[in-house]
Amino acid sequence: MHEHLLRGKLVRLTARDERDVETIAGWDRDTHYNRLLSVEPVTPPDRRAVRKMVERELNPKFYPFGVRTLNDDKLIGFVVLMHVDHVQGDAFVGIGIGDGEYRGKGYGSDAMNVVLRFAFLELNLHRVSLDAVSTNTPAIRSYVKVGFVHEGGTRGTEHRGGKREDLVSMGILRSEWQARQEHD
Amino acid sequence: MVLQLFEGKKIRFAAFDADRDAEIFAKWTNDPTYLRLVDHEPARPLSPYHIKKRFEEMEKEAGHALYYFVIRTQADDRVIGFAHIFWIEWNHGNAHFNMGIGSPDDRRQGMGSQAIEMILRYAFEELNLYRLTVFTFEYNTGAQKFLAKHGFQLEVRRREAIYRDGRYWDALTYGILADEWRAKNPAEDTAQ
Repeated sequence: MHEHLLRGKLVRLTARDERDVETIAGWDRDTHYNRLLSVEPVTPPDRRAVRKMVERELNPKFYPFGVRTLNDDKLIGFVVLMHVDHVQGDAFVGIGIGDGEYRGKGYGSDAMNVVLRFAFLELNLHRVSLDAVSTNTPAIRSYVKVGFVHEGGTRGTEHRGGKREDLVSMGILRSEWQARQEHD
Repeated sequence: MVLQLFEGKKIRFAAFDADRDAEIFAKWTNDPTYLRLVDHEPARPLSPYHIKKRFEEMEKEAGHALYYFVIRTQADDRVIGFAHIFWIEWNHGNAHFNMGIGSPDDRRQGMGSQAIEMILRYAFEELNLYRLTVFTFEYNTGAQKFLAKHGFQLEVRRREAIYRDGRYWDALTYGILADEWRAKNPAEDTAQ
């Protein structure tokens, strides 16, 4: 048994509350970051919208987490399991390290590892899926590092700044994840 | 030639009329084989009341971004299925599409083919979308052949995403671009 199911090597996953609203809204000032998170048109920081998101009703299809550093308990991003399908054992994961200081240093990969452990050992899912913009190479490299496999891509689905890019789809099976844990 | 978006030779598109159509839609939900071909949600029979409620919820959730058509026969004006465009991402020109012919008796007569050609024309010539996306499942080989025949390409294979009858099946994503469709359907001269 894991004593600290939601704790990784660099971060832990926690709930988010109204004290985090200011920080989360601040991340939305970064258009580049914002565009990578969602297909929706980006909007300027909106504290009321963030508050609504943070206080959104929880349900068995939706598991949102704040990503906090173990070092100093700083909120640096989020990770969320969504569209959780308990019948088929499938879910989609979304992740963002909003604080630029913490990108490219393993914090995101660590958070992803922890949320996969939660998906497979707590929710008992069979697989986890994600979509990423094809040009987001740091993210894709991180997903491959934690064990995601390329499963294809939808052509030209992302249209931003006058350019069309593919959305790539990746997935990891419980068996693939399990095999990696034994090597660790 | 006057452009006709909702009239085919064998079928036509009509609006969903809850009072008239809920009964037949409910009847189809007693066929789990059909439900499994069109949806990943667990198959369950629904009453006309539940059909109406679901439709209202779907409309509410989608706002203006839902184009839902009922397929009716030209010959005797029967409702035989549905075709709809949903999850429209206007900023990207992408949307999803799904369709179904409720009764096996109405399949394999070219009516589904006509419906998909009509929905593609609607997506690309009326909604001006860039691409259309559709989900299906590994076990639905009929849909895979059907989509390939109508110009869709297999784009994503989410391995083992569906568990049915004691085994896992892949979930498949197909896509077609407006340019690909246009290459096969040159613009008609509607000037005269």
